[in-house]
This record gives sequence, C-alpha cells and structure tokens, in this order.
Amino acid sequence: MLCQDCRKREATVHLTQEINNQKVVLNLCKECAEKRGFRNPIEGVPFPLAEFLASMLSQAQVKKPGRESEVACSACGMSFSDFTKTGRLGCGNCYLTFKNQLNDLLRKVHGSTQHRGKFPHTTRDVMKPLWEQSKLQEELRKAIQDEDFERAAQIRDQIKVLASKK
Amino acid sequence: MFEQMAKKPAVWLSGDGSDSQVVLSSRVRLARNIANSPFPSRADADKRESILSFVKNAVKKSTDLSRGTLVNCSQLDDLDRSFLVERHLVSLEFTQLRDSSALLIGEDEKVSVMINEEDHLRIQALASGLEIKEASQMANHIDEELSKSLEFAFDPTFGYLTSCPTNTGTGMRASVLIHLPGLALTGEIEKVISQISKLGLVVRGFYGEGSDVWGNLFQVSNQTTLGRSEEDIAESLERVTRQIIEYEENARKRLFSEAEDQIEDKIWRAYGILKYARALTSEEVLNMLSAIRLGIGMGVLDRMSLSGVNEILALTQPAHLQKYFKKRMEPNERDRVRAELVRSKLEE
Repeated sequence: MLCQDCRKREATVHLTQEINNQKVVLNLCKECAEKRGFRNPIEGVPFPLAEFLASMLSQAQVKKPGRESEVACSACGMSFSDFTKTGRLGCGNCYLTFKNQLNDLLRKVHGSTQHRGKFPHTTRDVMKPLWEQSKLQEELRKAIQDEDFERAAQIRDQIKVLASKK
Repeated sequence: MFEQMAKKPAVWLSGDGSDSQVVLSSRVRLARNIANSPFPSRADADKRESILSFVKNAVKKSTDLSRGTLVNCSQLDDLDRSFLVERHLVSLEFTQLRDSSALLIGEDEKVSVMINEEDHLRIQALASGLEIKEASQMANHIDEELSKSLEFAFDPTFGYLTSCPTNTGTGMRASVLIHLPGLALTGEIEKVISQISKLGLVVRGFYGEGSDVWGNLFQVSNQTTLGRSEEDIAESLERVTRQIIEYEENARKRLFSEAEDQIEDKIWRAYGILKYARALTSEEVLNMLSAIRLGIGMGVLDRMSLSGVNEILALTQPAHLQKYFKKRMEPNERDRVRAELVRSKLEE
C-alpha cells in the first residue's frame, strides 16, 4: 500500500483515530507521518523529559517562525521564544496566548489536547455542562472497557443530548 | 533538623500493602497552581511570599494537613535538603531553591506538599506496596480540601495549568517503586523496559532522572497527563505493574529451576557481607539488600523481614546516616559507620 499523502513511498505507519465517534484511518509512510506530527513517542527520544520537550519545541518553532513567536502574554509578559528556551510557561494565561503553538506540542507529548480529568470544584458550577460531559466521557470509557455496550450506548445518547443543548 | 526522623524509616516503607515483595511503594503527585498568579519561576520574591501565605492559610483549614510540619527552604542546609530527597519528600529541583519556597510534611509523611517548586503546589501521597488507588485517594482528598480555599489555575480544555506543559491536564504523575532482580539476572530487563515504554509509561532508576540503577530498583510512572482521567492513569499503571510482577515472578521461577545453587549462594553471601563487613558503600548495601529481598521472596532466607530490609535501605543512605549519628562525615568514615549500623540492625 502506498502512502496516502506522498503516494510515492510504501505506507508503514497505520493509524486509526477516533474523533467524535468518527473513525479515521490513515496509511502513511514514516516521513509523512512525522510531518503530520505522529511519531513513536519513545523511538529515539532523548531523556530526560526536558530535552525531549526542547527538541519538540525547536521543531514547533521551525514550523511557525516570524510574528507568532513575538506575541507576549498580556499577564506575565512571556514570549513564545522565552518559553522555548526554558520549557516553562510563565502563568496560566500563557496557555491561552500560545494556544496554537501549544496545541501542536501537547498533541505530540500527550497525544491529546483535551482535558478528561477532574474539574476543581470552584469551577464545577460555572462550567457545569463541560464538567458533566467530561464525567460522561469517563463513564463511557469505563463502560467500553468493561464491554458493557448497552450502558455505553446509553451514555453516548446522554452525551448527544448534552451536546445538543449547547 | 530531622535527626529524630532519621531514626526510623517512613511509614510508607513498612513493607506491607499488596505485592510488597516486589513493589516497595506507590506514589501519586498532583501539580497545582493558584489562578491569576505567575508560576514560581516567573514570580518575584513578593509574589512567591504571598502564594506561600495563601497556601499556609488553606492548610490551616485542611484536616489532613493542619497537624503537619511546615519547613521553609531558608531553614534548610545542604544536608537537610539531601535528607529530604532521600526521604522521597522533595525533588532534586527543590534542593536548589532558596527563599519563599517551603515543604509541608503531613503527620506520618504519607502526604506532603512542596510549595513554590516548579509549580505553586506539588501535592504528594505515598503508600506501601502496590496501592496506587490508596495513594491517589489521599492526594485527591488533599486537593479537594485545598481547593475549597484556593482557586486553582484551570481551563476546561487544558485542565489544570502547570508551569511545564508536560504536566498539564490532570497534573497527575503516578508511580511505583519496583524491585526486579529476576528480570535483571536473566537479562530480560531491557526487553521489559522497552515494552513498558511503548505503553506510555516511563521507567527510571531508583534515584530518579538520569542516574544509574542501583539495587535493581526501578520507578515506573505515567508519561502523559492530558486526555486521560485520573482514574485511567491510576488503573493503567496498576495493570502494567501487575504484568511486570508476573514477568518478574516467572523470571525468578526460571532462575531457581536452572541455577538454584548459584542463586542461593548469592543470597547467603549478601547476608554474610552485611552481617560481617567493616565498611560498606551505599551502592553495596543496596545491591546486597536486593539479593536479600529476593531471598525473602523465594523463601530462601528467613532471618530478615521486608520491613527490616526497608529499614536498612532507608537509614544507610548518606544524609540519613549523618543525621542518625548527628555529625557530618566524609565518605570513608560513612562507609565504616554504615557497616556498624547494618551489623547492629542485624543483631536486633
């Protein structure tokens, strides 16, 4: 099978992603997979983590040169190039300021850009619909793990109802 | 400071809890930051001081932490700091911090909080044996208590916001300290480590990042914190750990069926060295204790208990030893005193 991106090399990376219940199958060669940001998280990873992160950051920077890296966080004054030097963000607001660059990075590091864990209870009231959705997602994961598909279907319906209310 | 603490190992080294012949301890750490404040590395001394006082106030209202001890970094000399690292209460990074950072040690050291390290708060819970859920519940309880009086930096997409994006999301790092002599002796350890790595987990030597592995002790922890729930992280670590335990047990069985005499000899020689040596380095003690722990697990040696092994393991570390004997010592003197302490513990 040929790589679906370059249509030249043999596809050696086969990825199945499930995004919002839609299955996406990708058949890529190693080079094109890396271009899309998929790489074996372990292969050739320099440890400790900081170095790993730094190498990813330099890649992220190569991809996004110019103006974006000069934007500074309005709360703490940090720029994205400051961040690439230290690997540490300045404050919570940096996450919003550098959202685009961070999304790339987070996908590479964590394989995800969406929080699925608990919410602090000060925010649970304000963010109730999101919090409930997050809890339902977690229940859905457990139901699938336990192979309780009837329950999984019920939860999926609940998620749909919740999403339609938004 | 800490001389009294250095007389005994921490409660979480008691040697009980499930699978404690292979798993020494389970740990869960949560990274949290106060909303609308710069992270410690970007905060000036005043800001860090005010974070510290916010946290102190929140601690007073917490049932789990209010009876704990707060030590300020400015009170700690180099030996104190090394002691806390050996005690698994602080990170290596913490030892470099100066003013306006602190450590809160819970009553029995099972829970602790580093304040103004990489993040404003690093909540930690430790349990003996393979008890990730227990550790997770303890850490979660403290998080819940503190969040009643502190507003944490949080975003519904990114989760808990942390100084380093590798921790964002749950901010949770769960780990087990695991003893794998069987896999080390059969040479299968490399294979197992690379397998574990493929499962999104990280394996490190006993002393944490970038160090040699002493005493066949490994730390296994989750690599990703975003996109999975706290429960999922804890469960997958537990599942993989159970798998590793099974590999380890199989390796031990094979060792004993193929080379029982040599292994028995190795175990008893280790015991002999600890019982009679006049000078012992830390590395030697760790390696001898590894053989003895294996001996206890395989029913070869019954003169020592797991808690006894853990006690020697903890108390003979360099800073512990100097705290125990209440004096600073050069490595040569430490080796002699270490052998003395080990002999006296084996006489008891």
